[in-house]
Amino acid sequence: MKLRTSLCIAMLAISAWTIGCSSGGGGAAGGAMLHVGAGAEPQNLDPYRVTGHNEHRVLTSLFEGLTTLNQETLAVEPGAAQSWTVSPDGLVYTFKLQPNAKWSDGTQVTAKDFVYGWKRHLSARLGSEYTYMLWCIKNAEEYTKGTLTDFSQVGVKAIDDTTLEVSLKYPVPAFLTMHIHYAWFPVLQSNVEAFGAIDDPNNTKWTRAGNMISNGPFKLEEWSPNQIIRVVRNEHYWDAANVKLDGVEFYPISDLATEEREFRSGRLDLTESLLSTKIETYRRDNPDLLHIDPLIGTYFYRLNTTRKPLDDPKVRRALAMSIDRQSICDSVLFSAVVPASAFTPPGLAGYTPESSIPYNVEEARKLLTEAGYPNGEGMRPLDILFNESEDHRRIAEAIQDMWKKNLNIEARPTQQEWKVYLNSLTTLDYDVARSAWIADYLDPINYLECFETGGGNNRTGWSSPEFDALVEKTRLSPEQSVRFPLLQQAEQLLLNEAPLAPIYSYRQRFLLAPRVRGLKSNMLGYLNYKTFSLADAQ
Amino acid sequence: MIRFLVFRALGLIPVFFIIVTVIFFLIRLAPGGPFEQGERFVAPEALEQLRAAYNLDAPLYKQYFDYVAGLFHGDLGPSMKQPSRTVAEWIVLRAPVSIELGFYALLFACTIGLLAGVTAALRPNSVTDYVPMSFAMIGICVPNFVLGPVLMLIFSIWLGWLPVSGWGPPATKVLPALTLGAAYVAYIARLARGGMFEVLAQDFIRTARAKGLGEARVVLRHALRGGIQPVVSFLGPAAAGLLTGSFVVEKIFRIPGLGSQFVEAAFNRDYTMLLGAVLFYAALILVFNLLVDIAQALLDPRVRYGK
Repeated sequence: MKLRTSLCIAMLAISAWTIGCSSGGGGAAGGAMLHVGAGAEPQNLDPYRVTGHNEHRVLTSLFEGLTTLNQETLAVEPGAAQSWTVSPDGLVYTFKLQPNAKWSDGTQVTAKDFVYGWKRHLSARLGSEYTYMLWCIKNAEEYTKGTLTDFSQVGVKAIDDTTLEVSLKYPVPAFLTMHIHYAWFPVLQSNVEAFGAIDDPNNTKWTRAGNMISNGPFKLEEWSPNQIIRVVRNEHYWDAANVKLDGVEFYPISDLATEEREFRSGRLDLTESLLSTKIETYRRDNPDLLHIDPLIGTYFYRLNTTRKPLDDPKVRRALAMSIDRQSICDSVLFSAVVPASAFTPPGLAGYTPESSIPYNVEEARKLLTEAGYPNGEGMRPLDILFNESEDHRRIAEAIQDMWKKNLNIEARPTQQEWKVYLNSLTTLDYDVARSAWIADYLDPINYLECFETGGGNNRTGWSSPEFDALVEKTRLSPEQSVRFPLLQQAEQLLLNEAPLAPIYSYRQRFLLAPRVRGLKSNMLGYLNYKTFSLADAQ
Repeated sequence: MIRFLVFRALGLIPVFFIIVTVIFFLIRLAPGGPFEQGERFVAPEALEQLRAAYNLDAPLYKQYFDYVAGLFHGDLGPSMKQPSRTVAEWIVLRAPVSIELGFYALLFACTIGLLAGVTAALRPNSVTDYVPMSFAMIGICVPNFVLGPVLMLIFSIWLGWLPVSGWGPPATKVLPALTLGAAYVAYIARLARGGMFEVLAQDFIRTARAKGLGEARVVLRHALRGGIQPVVSFLGPAAAGLLTGSFVVEKIFRIPGLGSQFVEAAFNRDYTMLLGAVLFYAALILVFNLLVDIAQALLDPRVRYGK
């Protein structure tokens, strides 16, 4: 009897303890706090020391560039800059900063903060991997490369506290849209240098909670690695009156299955992504929670043109033409993506490619015969290289099957660990390699310049002087009416030569709680947290 | 005993030295490095500067001697890929979480494992033997990446009793500890059963029973001490395994422990972080083994006197 009573008391105590504690574990309801899945843990919160999308998700809440974009239309809207003018040749931009733009400690955001930030970003010693984003500024590349040491020669000047002048090397029609990228955010000199030198790569303490001063709609309150990043409303923000949320809690969850379970348990309002295998269930049971929207990104296979038989454009095109992309999208990826028959995704800043690589098995067989491999005879097996991912493996296996069935070519899906895969890609130690390109900014040239001769993103060994000339000509033209026909020609040339086989255009997929208002999906996957509100918030 | 301990402790120094040397060179054999071209082109100038900032541009032997020299000053260096903290700061931040998780898992494994093992040994080849041992077998067979999500589904999603993931209030620690400890429950149960079975068949137990001692006293006072010896020997490697093998559980339950940091460091080629974590684990394993030696000496005088 005594034992039974003790057991009952113990069980009651355990139940009360666990239930009591579980309510403290989170929960999306309560307050105007948005709970967001942030993907992998950010490597850093220094805008110039990060490279990932997961960091972007957090940093856009903390910092603000000169301009922002309308979440729905992607039209340029004022950010830290109130207005701007552009010179007729498209080379000089003069920004007038918001007169009441403030850092989270209440100090004025000045043009000098941008000059300082960009100088820091361009300093080679800092080792930013996104430095090249700023190289469209006059003399910026030279400064990073050390051929120019005097920063005053670089095309960014603070005319006065609220006027910033930026001179570009060549016209960049998408320049105003670039400033949502962290590469362009300002940092506060006194904040950074309170903890170390301007260009010391180990000067990171300023990014910790309690130290960081930022100029965005929110400020950093807590950063517990792999647990939570909490940002709260920045009362000094110039447009604070229009910020509806009290804050955002970012949960770094790299495991998509766990993220989905957190969403189901009610802790998350917005997930970073969704496992492709879960799409069908949500479509069937909770279609209102599932969002699948366009994203400017292309999934494609690189074909190594330095290796036989892939040095023959006919072989490459035959391989690309025999991939049934519709079937991959429908059966392998549960219709969560759309087939791509060109490299640049359709509708990017008004540009839609006119040329394509169609799915045409007859034509592919003909090309293969012309190349000297009738019915695949004499063709060596090709390795399809991809990094560890269930989706990559399933796509590679589907393509292996298609090449066997359509062209009688053997392919061997080969999985490599991420760093080994990158090494193989960079050293051209592959036959066919899975690849992806997501645009840095809204301009089709950002796609096509990948395949310039010797370009760092080419990685196929492909080279065409004619293609290079078209891209360079585009780069020097400020008018879209001149640029787009040139890009169409370049794209046609690229697809004819096929150093790549496009497979699908990305879609962003995520789960969103019904209480969240103000999220408008856009092709960039850009989230402007200041437009968000919660239906049940007080 | 003190001489034995001092001797063992001094023996750790060369072991550490060998571990540092082997790991230092081994991780550099893997293709790629911390600062190589990524999926997108990175300016070679930036990569050069980063390599220089982390001493990776120096000849390999110099990098090695500089690293070892740093160790003598207690400096594990900055993390190359998680630069917001130094390696030492990361270990201080994250190791206690893994240790705490491992401790709960071990506590769970020992409690349930010993209970099941001893019960099974008391009535061999009966229902009280088959049932716990069958569960033990299932524990060994079901991997934690299956068990974790299943427990999550039942207790967090369906019943709503416990949080899905995270690490903070006690409730967040229940499912990860159960998941991590499950396989060890099985091992401990089997070892305890074997040990107890052997001891219970010995003459001194028969004598104790013949003297009229109650069964509970025979088991708890006389048999258990010898019967759990195999379990105690297993606890050293088990504790080390629980601490170093918690990566999957840490990932599933989003626990900010060192296990996930260690594996990510390996994938990212974060040389300094990887070396720091390996050294920490090595220290832990060596200390656990030492503790097991001491525990065995206390339990069995023959070990103490080297007989």
